[in-house]
Amino acid sequence: MDSQLTAWALAAAQALLFIASAPLLAGWLRRVKCHMQNRAAPALWQPYRDLAKLLKKRMLLADNASWLFRAVPYIVFSAMLLAAAVVPLVAVNLPSAAIADLIVLVGFFALARFFTALAALDIGTAFGGMGASREMMVAALAEPAMLMAVFTLSMTANTTNLSVATAYILQSGLVLRPSFLFALLALAMVAVAETSRIPVDNPATHLELTMLHEAMILEYGGRHLALIEWATQIKLMIYAVLIVDLFFPWGIATDFSAMVLAVGVVAVAAKLMLIAVLLVVWETVLAKMRLFRVPQFLGFSFMLSLLAMLTHVVLETGG
Amino acid sequence: MEFAALSLYNQAIILFAALALFTSFIMLAQARMMPLIFTFAWQGLLLTVVSVLVAIASGHPQLHISAAITFCLKVVVIPYLLYRLSARLNMQYDAEVIEHPTLLLLGGVALVIFSYHVSQSIIHLSGLATRNTIAVSMAIELLGMLLMCARKSAVAQVIGFMSMESGIFFAAVVSTYGMPLIVELGLAFDILVASILFGVFFFHLRDSFGSLNVGQFNRLSEANQPMPSPEATEPSSGERS
Repeated sequence: MDSQLTAWALAAAQALLFIASAPLLAGWLRRVKCHMQNRAAPALWQPYRDLAKLLKKRMLLADNASWLFRAVPYIVFSAMLLAAAVVPLVAVNLPSAAIADLIVLVGFFALARFFTALAALDIGTAFGGMGASREMMVAALAEPAMLMAVFTLSMTANTTNLSVATAYILQSGLVLRPSFLFALLALAMVAVAETSRIPVDNPATHLELTMLHEAMILEYGGRHLALIEWATQIKLMIYAVLIVDLFFPWGIATDFSAMVLAVGVVAVAAKLMLIAVLLVVWETVLAKMRLFRVPQFLGFSFMLSLLAMLTHVVLETGG
Repeated sequence: MEFAALSLYNQAIILFAALALFTSFIMLAQARMMPLIFTFAWQGLLLTVVSVLVAIASGHPQLHISAAITFCLKVVVIPYLLYRLSARLNMQYDAEVIEHPTLLLLGGVALVIFSYHVSQSIIHLSGLATRNTIAVSMAIELLGMLLMCARKSAVAQVIGFMSMESGIFFAAVVSTYGMPLIVELGLAFDILVASILFGVFFFHLRDSFGSLNVGQFNRLSEANQPMPSPEATEPSSGERS
């Protein structure tokens, strides 16, 4: 009973740590990017300041905004919060991991995206509709690729539960699985598209014709915008942690002693910092692609995840 | 057999085989000439690595020789010849228009499934740990054929042909630990001679058709012939000239 309570407390602490450190990852990303591009870098906690400033600001709503428009930031944020509670950040085998599996995780993302698109359409501006249709196009192409990659991994681990899959990969040690390599590439491409980074979308732009995600949340301000921005940062972190958990889980805590948990925190922080540096390099060497090239980009990622599944069937289990 | 139970060498062989298959897909998707040639060289390098690994894992030292031949031909000589050719034809920066790129890739995936299905019956005859890669080698062959079918540029078709040959070589390495050395040497020289002959052909094709696009080869060219006299020209032949 007592250990059960500790485990739940740890799960809650992990979820809180997750959403609290998501702006930190965004700040680190911004800082590394500035250094990479020879610009003066903002402080590491600048995203926190931005969020605090937005939370304090007065709300301005469009006259024709319905209840949906006001509810969507809370829906999006709570979907991301639930998704963050499922993903093991520091330790596996926490009781919260049993709430949902990888497919539900994809479902959380779809839910948040669906309501963001609805809110963008609710106001009736041209940008909102444009952004919504573009976002749905990218999502419709990215989601099958992500699901195929997830299925490949769950075929290897014989489970769709993220925590169990991570534990399985952790205890099977170094195995050179070609399917994992392809699934990693596919998942990375999907992550880039879904978290609206270059080359699919530019998170820093407010230029009319190039925005995807930004076009949808253009009408938001104040604490609504703060919640949506925070949810976006959490989403980026979820994808990064997902990749870390599934492909490089070494260092994650498997029991709940203080020492192991500390190692888990340090390991995941180091890996996330490294992933952010890789993302910055990727964003610096690539230019944003035309919108009509995006289907080709995501088609390639779908092909990669299909190839991952095929190599799993042909090379790893066949014969 | 459980994949994790294989030795690391065998796992690495399977990993590099999968990567070689992946380069075949990249070749299908790559529209530009230079990266296409480079991808072909990468595929050669991956095949070299696979044959070295097979040589170490199976204790067949003669496979080192065929690995060396593969390296010389497929990584150095043939890509260099193709590069020089396309540079002399002034087409190394050309990009082809690939019709239905995603459909082409899905067709490639279908070919992989087909070759897996076909090789199922062969796989049971072999006792090697790497026998599953037979399907991959067959898929590389078929994908080379698909590249030849899908592309209009003669250079891309030659690369598809060479990649088919890579698939055959790969099948020999992973299913029977290599062909007899004399056969392999013969094949290597055949490929080398073929690549030189292709070069000669390219120049002839460009001279007589003005293009290396095979889609235009059924058109008549009269560029090198003297202008026919006006009364000999029929009015309906104007569109074909």
